[in-house]
Amino acid sequence: MNVPEDLLYTESHEWVRREGDLIRVGITDHAQAELTDVVYVELPKKDAAYEASGTIAVVESVKAASDIYAPAKGTVTEVNHALESNPALINTDPYGEGWIYILKPEDPAALDNLKDAAAYKTAIG
Amino acid sequence: MSDAATKTTPLYDEHVKLRAKIIPFGGWLMPVQYNSIMEEHLAVRNAVGVFDISHMGELVASGPEAGAWLDTVLTNNVGKLEVGTGHYTFLLNDEAGIIDDLILYRIEEEKFLLVVNASRIEDDFEWLRSHLPGTASPATGTNGGVALEDQSDRFAGLAVQGPKIGELFTALFGQGKELPARNQIAQFDLGPTALWVARTGYTGEDGIEVFFPAAEAPRVWNEILEKGNSLGIRPCGLGARDTLRLEMCYPLNGSDLSPEHNPLEAGLGFFVDLSKPKFTGREILLREKEAGLSRRLVTFKMKGKSPPPRPHYRVFRDGTEAGELTSGTLSPSLNYGIGMAYLKTPAPKPGEEIEVEIRGQKFPALIEKKPLYKKS
Repeated sequence: MNVPEDLLYTESHEWVRREGDLIRVGITDHAQAELTDVVYVELPKKDAAYEASGTIAVVESVKAASDIYAPAKGTVTEVNHALESNPALINTDPYGEGWIYILKPEDPAALDNLKDAAAYKTAIG
Repeated sequence: MSDAATKTTPLYDEHVKLRAKIIPFGGWLMPVQYNSIMEEHLAVRNAVGVFDISHMGELVASGPEAGAWLDTVLTNNVGKLEVGTGHYTFLLNDEAGIIDDLILYRIEEEKFLLVVNASRIEDDFEWLRSHLPGTASPATGTNGGVALEDQSDRFAGLAVQGPKIGELFTALFGQGKELPARNQIAQFDLGPTALWVARTGYTGEDGIEVFFPAAEAPRVWNEILEKGNSLGIRPCGLGARDTLRLEMCYPLNGSDLSPEHNPLEAGLGFFVDLSKPKFTGREILLREKEAGLSRRLVTFKMKGKSPPPRPHYRVFRDGTEAGELTSGTLSPSLNYGIGMAYLKTPAPKPGEEIEVEIRGQKFPALIEKKPLYKKS
């Protein structure tokens, strides 16, 4: 499984990329491989506020709907509309074109609890 | 249905070797997919796929009274079933609720094979055993001229489904061997193993279901994969099995069918012969038919873009709650959401609109005729 060194990771298989005081979020290669065949993505609402660990998006495969959780409390500044017509981008490029949203965390220190690549690799075995 | 799945089929190791994703299903550990449900689904629609169905049960009823007795406990007309032929039928409880749906094959004049759902093997066997005619005869092991056996552990089963079945059949059994006709069953040799081959299936594609001694399962499975390789064969899991059957509107026991439902409200009256003088549930079905059904299983497709519909989502009609989904998925062949739901009668007709509630939001859907997928 591809686990890029420069990203942070949640217990629930989201990846987080720091971009200044914003974070870009998607689901990991491991998560997309487990879900397979993403057929629908319910995106967060731009400019809406979300609680840490609250449901912020839903990724659906043929078999199941999976909740995506916010890694920190904050406001969504951008969503990836490309997923509306091509949800499979999550499968083909989970860390690139398959990103889901950009969030402005209320408190950047909240990200300190996230795993680094080595810890996430250990977590997924 | 219990999640405490402990049972494995004789092909479990093969599934693990193929890196299948394994899930609990009706007490069994089964492959839900090997690589991709989409890919497996399309392999069956366009080429051929092979499914492990060894979890399904095989009950055998034999003896001079077997046919007459089965006619009193199953809904379809056993008397019309010729040797070497199978038909779809129901096992009902005293309230006409569905204990199981199954295929009954008449493999000899006085010998019948019942292929039943995995999660219902014990229930079916117990129900049938307790309804045997007459008294037990220890000398012959029969009851009133019927011997009933659960042979589920002795059989492995595979479903080989898809338009390339003819070519694969020839590759497996040799030139000059002919596929049994639709719904027929016959024995064929594959090396040292005799296989029961039935021209039946659960996908809407041409195909066969084969039943044979469990010990031979890995050899037969691998030979089918090998001979099917040049035809584009894929091993297929329960995920594709579910999307394929739902495109055809074939019901799934435990979801669309249960003891809470009867075959008439499921729209499957074709497999219930009410003209038979006597079978379990007959009087209740006749009464229901006369009084009018209280709900009906309808099939629908989502209108426009929506998340995939899923079991238990609520259905609204003219703003009023009318029932809930028992099945739903994104159709891999059609690329839109499809499903089935029990709705209060009078149920809406094809072309009428309903709404499906998905995470608090209502999405429009259209009632459709069965099947939802038609071969072009």
